[in-house]
Amino acid sequence: MSPTATSVDVKTLIINGENVSARADQTILDVARENGIFIPTLCHLDGLTDVGACRLCLVEIKGSPKLFPACVTKVEEGMEVDTNSERLVHHRRTILELLFAERNHVCAVCVANGNCELQAVAQTQGLTHVRLPYRVGRLEVDTSNERFVADHNRCILCSRCVRVCAEIEGAHVWDIMGRGINSQVLTDLHEPWGASSCTRCGKCIQVCPTGALFDKSKVGVSHPKHPEFLPYLNMMRDGQ
Amino acid sequence: MSKLKLATVWLDGCSGCHMSFLDMDERLITLSNQFDLVFSPLVDFKTFPEGVDIALVEGAISSVEDEHKIHIIRERTKMLIAMGDCAITTNVPGMRNSFGAKAITDHAYFTTADLQQQVPAVGVPALIEKVRPVHEVVPVDLFLPGCPPSADTFYTVLSDLLAGRTPDIASLTRFGA
Repeated sequence: MSPTATSVDVKTLIINGENVSARADQTILDVARENGIFIPTLCHLDGLTDVGACRLCLVEIKGSPKLFPACVTKVEEGMEVDTNSERLVHHRRTILELLFAERNHVCAVCVANGNCELQAVAQTQGLTHVRLPYRVGRLEVDTSNERFVADHNRCILCSRCVRVCAEIEGAHVWDIMGRGINSQVLTDLHEPWGASSCTRCGKCIQVCPTGALFDKSKVGVSHPKHPEFLPYLNMMRDGQ
Repeated sequence: MSKLKLATVWLDGCSGCHMSFLDMDERLITLSNQFDLVFSPLVDFKTFPEGVDIALVEGAISSVEDEHKIHIIRERTKMLIAMGDCAITTNVPGMRNSFGAKAITDHAYFTTADLQQQVPAVGVPALIEKVRPVHEVVPVDLFLPGCPPSADTFYTVLSDLLAGRTPDIASLTRFGA
């Protein structure tokens, strides 16, 4: 064994009955993905800090009645993790239904139709209808930016835009205001986006999982998002 | 053996689901050997019959007529399928829910009408205040999302049901498909 191998702190744990090994600094989500175990996520994005906002990645850990968000829970020696119990499937489905019921997620008239992570996750979780009554609020659609639109009716408050703007672009124009069901993303101190200190870099557009943030030039045409630039950008920056 | 009785219904939708159903093209002829189409906008029966095996319901519940019809359909049908996003989520028809029914009729029959400004009271059913998905009004047995569900989805689902299999809906279609 080489000297470097011994210096790595390796943990062994069990996920869904399968023995896996991990570095001590890894999260349950990291290790699950490395081992081909699918855990659904919406707020997680490779290249951004995890915040555990969407709760879709909740997992069970033997010995605790609590549920743990896999994206922010570090592995521990001897941990026994279940990612797909009946209870978890039930909670995930309910979370998705709450998201669909809360704002306007009419896919047929959304700029992100076919390129939406909420829509895709709903399909992977077998969601074919929403049992809760739809709330019918009408939130602002901010078109003041010359290139981009923020349709708050489509926002799921994953906070990817907040994180990419603060962590990667370094501008921290986006943040979240309000509490609970009245929470909303905002630019600067609730200025119109077009009048804000936004640098027009467009990173938030690419990481937004739904049609909440989109490029005006993509209205009426396919609007795929490209968040895959993030790990690459981080890698290049680290290399410098 | 008597053939399976199939019905299709058009409530508040655009008929796109029915168009997609017809897009099965020649496959529809193959399938049609196994069922009788006992009620549909595509055929000329006036009343929804008793003893329907499968009813495909397109559209949301938007008017007093839709509400009336869906209860009769439910009573007379073994398997009620909510067909397409309007039936399941209210989709585009439901977008009026944030304005209310009165704003819609006012706009259509007063604001934008030059002559005879009045809400029609005869021959056109009154709108209910809030557009609702079918499953909020009556129990639904199977949900077939899509705007519209594709012809391939229809073909697979109907083939499965006619053969007594349970279709795996999520592998075939999704909201907005």
